[in-house]
Amino acid sequence: MMMRPYRPKANVQKRAYYNDRFWVAPRIPEEPVEGSPFEEDLLSLKRKFSIEKAYIQRGQMVVIINPEDNKEVLRHLKEERGYDVLSEMSAIDYLERDGTFEIFYQLLSLERSQRVRVKCRIKEGEAIESVEPIFRSADWSEREMFDMFGIKVNNHPNLKRILMPDDWVGYPLRKSYPLQGDEAAQWYEVDKIFGKEYREIIGPEQRDPAYVNPEDTCNFARIKHEVPRCADPESEPIKIEKFNDDAPLVETFDLKEAKIVNRR
Amino acid sequence: MAQHQVNYGASGGLPVALTTVDKLVNWGRTNSLWVLTYGLACCAIEMMASGASRYDFDRFGVIFRASPRQSDVMIVAGTLTKKHAEFIRRLYDQMAEPKWVISMGSCANTGGMFNTYATVQGVDRVIPVDIYLPGCAPRPETLQYAVMLLQKKIRKQTIFQKQKPKRLV
Repeated sequence: MMMRPYRPKANVQKRAYYNDRFWVAPRIPEEPVEGSPFEEDLLSLKRKFSIEKAYIQRGQMVVIINPEDNKEVLRHLKEERGYDVLSEMSAIDYLERDGTFEIFYQLLSLERSQRVRVKCRIKEGEAIESVEPIFRSADWSEREMFDMFGIKVNNHPNLKRILMPDDWVGYPLRKSYPLQGDEAAQWYEVDKIFGKEYREIIGPEQRDPAYVNPEDTCNFARIKHEVPRCADPESEPIKIEKFNDDAPLVETFDLKEAKIVNRR
Repeated sequence: MAQHQVNYGASGGLPVALTTVDKLVNWGRTNSLWVLTYGLACCAIEMMASGASRYDFDRFGVIFRASPRQSDVMIVAGTLTKKHAEFIRRLYDQMAEPKWVISMGSCANTGGMFNTYATVQGVDRVIPVDIYLPGCAPRPETLQYAVMLLQKKIRKQTIFQKQKPKRLV
């Protein structure tokens, strides 16, 4: 009989604090293409283009190419090798690591039920050729890539922002973009509707949900030191009568004994 | 000529009821609050449920309109994004006076869980709000209660007050 391995249980509840809080994705092993159903695809690609690297990951072939070849590689895969659906494309921000964006195209062959991922890397400020003439679905995906990362796409029919408003400043999906927005984002609606001079009147956004201003007794109540509304915060607190725990659950209402509380 | 002796002084005898203009106008206003359909997110599902037969908003006189020019109340039901903020302001400006706003749900009140760059942190940054309705999403009963509170607020108002300067927010 197998026994469970012994783990010390003395501090079992605090283990969460000692362990790494963030889940680190395991590296998926890369297997060689030789001997896989993708071998022919890779050979026909290598005859025409220079391939930086190619491997099999989770049963899919990943091909890393030069960014100048992206359109021709996709055309070759679609017309010669039968990868007829561009199911997804976007970019990943690796600016912090090596100053590049990784652009990936996920292709699917409906006939053979095989998927190929084509990847390439471009530096910040470089543009990439549009693949919209080959795959119509790339139209909006490339617009989204431009909207979220600021990657320019050459020869795109309608390259403008797709999700954010046209006058938005910055590219929200870059790692350097703050989650709660930069200054232009935080004042966007005020600047647009009322104008910049109304910033002072409306005030900054309140983004702390647990915010309590101890000086402001009109809008906030301080627990255990509750003063009348809009009174000086240092003034005498309201006396709160103790709860009678022994009281019956339902009491009959007696008008004579009832107190009328002034509504605030 | 009179065949019946009518005692005009007794209760119910005189076909006259006394009231004030305020009460009469507010009676009319509170019982026909036409609402601008403003569903932005999942709160709109609860708003639709309030209008449907089970909760039956019609018996409050609350009828959903698709035009700001025909409506008195705007129920902001859902997350207001920054891209949409200028449109909500424009629709609010197109509503005829008197007009009121119910901010429905956490997202409309404070931005809710969307503490991000693209969400307006409370519609009161853009339009003035009369009733803040908490909940995520509030049940139809809660929305009905908010409308009843708004009716209560309207009943306190007088129609003869001087026109106050327009409040932006």
